[in-house]
Amino acid sequence: MQLSKDDLLKAYRMMKTIREFEERLHVEFATGEIPGFVHLYAGEEASATGFCMHLDERDKIASNHRGHGHSIGKGCDVHAMMAEIYGRGTGLCGGKGGSMHIADLSKGMMGANGIVGGGPPLICGAGLAAKKLKTKGVAIAFFGDGASNQGTTMESLNLASVWNLPCVFVCENNGYAEATSSKYSVSCDDAADRASAFNMPGVVVDGHDFFAVHEAAGEAINRAREGKGPTLIECKLNRYYGHFEGDAQTYRGKDEVKNLRATIDCLDQFRAKVTSASLLDDAELNAIDSDVAELIDDAVEKAKAAPMPAAAELLTDVYISY
Amino acid sequence: MSDSIRAICMPKWGLSMKEGTVAAWLMDEGDEISPGDEVMDVDTEKISSAVEASESGILRRQIASEGDTLSVGDLLGVLADSDTSDADIDAFVTEFQANYVPPADDEDDGGAATETVDVDGRSIRYLLRGEGGVPIILVHGFGGDLNNWLFNHEALAAKRAVYALDLPGHGASSKDVGDGGVTALAAVVSGFMAALDIDKAHLVGHSLGGAIALSVALDNADKVASLTLIGSAGLGAEIDGDYLQGFIAAERRKDLKPHVEKLFSDPALVTRQLINDLLAFKRIDGVQAALETIMAAFAPGGSQALVMRDRIGDVAGPVLAIWGSGDRIVPASHAEGLPGNVRTEVMSGQGHMVQMEAASEVNKLIDELIG
Amino acid sequence: MARKITYQQAIGEALAQEMERDETVILMGEDVAGGAGAPGDDDAWGGVLGVTKGLYGKFGDRVMDTPITESAFIGAAVGAATAGLRPVAELMFIDFMGVCFDQIFNQAAKFRYMFGGKAETPVVIRTMYGAGFRAAAQHSQCLYPVFTHIPGLKVVTPATPYDAKGLLIQSIRDNDPVIFCEHKALYTLEGDVPEEAYTIPFGEANVTREGDDVTIVTLGRMLHVAHEAADALAKEKISCEVVDLRTTSPIDTDTIIESVENTGRLVVLDEAHPRCSIATDVSAMVCQEAFSALKAPIRMVTAPHVPVPFATNLEDLYIPDAGQVQQAVRTVMGKD
Repeated sequence: MQLSKDDLLKAYRMMKTIREFEERLHVEFATGEIPGFVHLYAGEEASATGFCMHLDERDKIASNHRGHGHSIGKGCDVHAMMAEIYGRGTGLCGGKGGSMHIADLSKGMMGANGIVGGGPPLICGAGLAAKKLKTKGVAIAFFGDGASNQGTTMESLNLASVWNLPCVFVCENNGYAEATSSKYSVSCDDAADRASAFNMPGVVVDGHDFFAVHEAAGEAINRAREGKGPTLIECKLNRYYGHFEGDAQTYRGKDEVKNLRATIDCLDQFRAKVTSASLLDDAELNAIDSDVAELIDDAVEKAKAAPMPAAAELLTDVYISY
Repeated sequence: MSDSIRAICMPKWGLSMKEGTVAAWLMDEGDEISPGDEVMDVDTEKISSAVEASESGILRRQIASEGDTLSVGDLLGVLADSDTSDADIDAFVTEFQANYVPPADDEDDGGAATETVDVDGRSIRYLLRGEGGVPIILVHGFGGDLNNWLFNHEALAAKRAVYALDLPGHGASSKDVGDGGVTALAAVVSGFMAALDIDKAHLVGHSLGGAIALSVALDNADKVASLTLIGSAGLGAEIDGDYLQGFIAAERRKDLKPHVEKLFSDPALVTRQLINDLLAFKRIDGVQAALETIMAAFAPGGSQALVMRDRIGDVAGPVLAIWGSGDRIVPASHAEGLPGNVRTEVMSGQGHMVQMEAASEVNKLIDELIG
Repeated sequence: MARKITYQQAIGEALAQEMERDETVILMGEDVAGGAGAPGDDDAWGGVLGVTKGLYGKFGDRVMDTPITESAFIGAAVGAATAGLRPVAELMFIDFMGVCFDQIFNQAAKFRYMFGGKAETPVVIRTMYGAGFRAAAQHSQCLYPVFTHIPGLKVVTPATPYDAKGLLIQSIRDNDPVIFCEHKALYTLEGDVPEEAYTIPFGEANVTREGDDVTIVTLGRMLHVAHEAADALAKEKISCEVVDLRTTSPIDTDTIIESVENTGRLVVLDEAHPRCSIATDVSAMVCQEAFSALKAPIRMVTAPHVPVPFATNLEDLYIPDAGQVQQAVRTVMGKD
C-alpha cells in the first residue's frame, strides 16, 4: 500500500469526482438536453484512478468511448469537460468533439475514441515517441473486453512487445461489449491470458479494489519506465449503466446492477478500508463528497449557460496550415 | 562563290536551351543585313528574344517558317551575295541539312559545364567561356544568377576569357551571405579572383552586381582593368524597395509575376518557365534567409545603404555606365551627372534588364570599352 | 545545383536530407530496411523497390522495420506524431489501406478538428500506387480519391523527380497528416533535381505545357501520357495546355479555372477508376465555377470501372493511353 494521506485523499477525490460526474450526467442526459451519445463509467472508477495516480506530465493515455473517467483521472478540466459534453463553445474541444472525442493533449490525454480498438495503436505510437525522445514517459491504453477482440488491439500488443515499448494495456472487462456478454465473445477465460501469446506479463486484478489496481498498475508502469517492456492488465469490474445512455440493459440479470451497487462498490470499499485502518476518517471523506458535489453542480450550471460555438467554427481547424 | 554563302542558325541562349520556336521573321528575303541586325524573333522555354546577324550579306533564303520549332544549331536562313545562284544556295541548304545533327539529349550544355571554386569556405559556381586576354567577370544582381548573362556571355567570349559567377545566396553557390552587405559580397568577388589566380579583370556588374563590382574596383585598383555598370546599384539611394520586398515575399507564381515583369521593358519576355525557375530558386533551403539578409543590409527601408557615387571618380581604369531609360528598379537618373571618367549610355525605351533586352548593343559597348 | 536522378532516388534523397536535418523524423514500414532479425544483411531490401535503401546504414534505429501489422504501425505513427515525433510511415501498397484506414481517416485526419484545434499530427504516410506492373487487382489501384475525400488529410501525387523531392520535403515539414502517393511506374523516371533541399507548396498545380485550344488536367504518371498526346496533337495543329495537379488535397482550383477560361475546353485524365475520382471532382468543379467559359462538354479519360486485370493485354487496355487522350481532345474540339 504505502500511500500517503495526501495520496489517499487525492485518490478518493478522483474517484468521487468521476462518480459524481457520471451520476449527474445520467440525470441530465434524461432531460434530453445533451446531444449525441454518452457512455458512463460509473462503477469503474477504481481502475482509472488506480492507474492515473501513478502518472505525471510525461505520460500519455488513450481511452475509449467510455472515457470521462480516464479524462478526469489524467487531469482534464471538469468544467471544460462538462461544457464539451453539452456541445458548447467553451468545451475542452470547442464543442467540436463531444463525449466520445474528449481530449486534452496538453495533459497527455490523447482522446476518448469513437472507434473500438482505436486507442492501442496510438499508444504504441506514444510509447515509441517516449522511447525515441528519452522522456521516460509511459503510455497507457484503456479499452474494454469488446476491444480486446479487435485486430488493432492484438496487433498493438504484438508491436509493443516486438519493439519493447513503454506501454501498459489495460483491459477494463465489465463483462459486456455493448449488449453482448464477454463470456460469449472473448475466447479465453481472462482477457489477460492473451498476454503470454504476445510475450508480456498478463495480470488479472479486481477492478473494484483501488488498492489492488494501484499496486498492479504501479508494477506495470515501473516496468515500462525502466525499459522492460509492456504489460497487459485486466481489471475485472462492472458498469452500473448501459453501454450508452438510453440502453435499457435488458440483457442484464434482474437486479444485477442493484446488487453490484450494494455489494462491491469501489467507493464504499475504499471508505471501508481507509476508515477501518484509521488512515482517513469519514469526516474527511464527507468533506470531499461536499466539495465534489459543488464542483459538479457548478460545472453543469456553467455548461448549461455556456454559448454554442460560433457558426464560423464549422470550418475552422480542419488543417493547421491551408 | 560558294564561300559567300553563310548559314544563320538557331543560337544557343544559356546552358539548357535545346530548341527555339520561330515567332516572326523581322527581315524579308532580299533585305540587306548588317552585323547586329535583328533577323527574327525566337521563343524558347526560358525567354524570348531576337536572333541577331553576325555577318553582312543579303538574306537570300528564309528556311524556317513562323511557328516552326528547330533545335539549336539548325538552319534558319541563308545569307549570300546578291549574285549567288539559287542552285548554289539549294546545294548549300541540302548539304547543311544532310550533315546537321541536333544536340543530344544528355548534352546539357554544349560542352560548357559550370564549375565550382572554394572562396574562403564558400562554394561559388561559375561558368567560363572563351580564353586568353584579360578576362571579364560578369556579376549578376539581386535574385539572379549567372544565366542572366545568357545573351552576353558567348558574344563577349569571342575575344577573351569571360567568367560569370553566382553570388552567395544565389544560383548554385553557397547560401551563406555573411552580413549580406555590398562590401561583404565584394570580398567574395575579389576572393573569387584570388582563388582562380585572376590578377586583373574587367568587371561587368548588373544592379546589385554593379555596386559590388564598383566596390571591388575602389578597393582593388590594381586588379580591375575596367568597370562596366549596368542598371547599377551604388550610385544613388533610390531603389524600388517594393520590388525587393515583393520578390522576396512572393510564394506563388501569381504573386511573383508582377514583380518580375517590372524588370523588363517588354513583359511578354517573362515566360512561365522563367517564373517557375525563380520560384524553384526561392524554394531552396536557405535562399529566403539569404535574400532577406542581403536586402536588409543592401537596401533597408527601400533605400540603398551604400552609395559610392562620390567615389566613382576615383576608379582607376575606364568606366562605362549603361542604363535603360525606363528602368523601374534603379532610376536612370543615377546615370546622369557622373564624373568625366565615366562614359554613360542611357538606352531609350529599355528597362532594368537592358543586358538581356538590348544584348547586342550592350555587348558592342562593352567590347568597345575593353578594346 | 541540379543533376539527373531518378524519381526513386529523389524520394530517398528527400528522406535522407530531412532525417539529417531533424532528428524527430523517423521511418517505419514493412522491409523499409529489410532483414530485421534475420541472419543475413541488414538493409537487405531498403523497401520493396529499394526506395529507402541506405537509410538504415545512415540512421540506424530511426529506420524501423515493422511486422505486417498495418493498423498497429500506421496507428503508432499517428500516435507518435501527436507525441513529438515526425514519423514517415510506409504503407507499402495503397491497396492495403483497407487494413489500417481507420487510423488514417478516423484518427489522424480528425484530431485537429475533433479536439478543438489543439492537436498536431505531423505524420506522413508514403504509399505506392498505380498499374502497369502486372501486379493485378490488389496491388495496382489508384486510391488517392478515397483519401482526397477525407477532410483533414492532405494528398500529394508527384509526377516528376523534381516534384517528388520537393513535395516530400514539404510533406515532412507540414504539420498535418499527409498521404504521399508514389506511382510505382515512375520510380525509374529521370529528371533534373537540385542537390540542395527545397520545398514545393501544396495546392500549386504546375502548367507543364502552355497551349490555347484545350486544357488537359491530370496527375501522377498520366502527366507523361498527356504530354505524349499533346506532342501528337501538335502535329494536328491542336495546341494543348497541360496542368499537373501535383496535390489533390489541397487542389489548385485557380490554375484549373484560369486555364479553362483561356482555352474553353477541358479533358481530365485520371488513371483512377471513374466513379468518384479526381476526374469527376475536377469536372464538377469546373462546371460549377466556369460553365460559361466552356465551348464544349468536358471529357474524362479514365480507367474503366473494373478491378485491374492480370493478363498483360488486358492491363494495357485498362491503363489510359495517349491515343484515348487524343480522341477525347478531338471530341472536345469537334473534330472527331
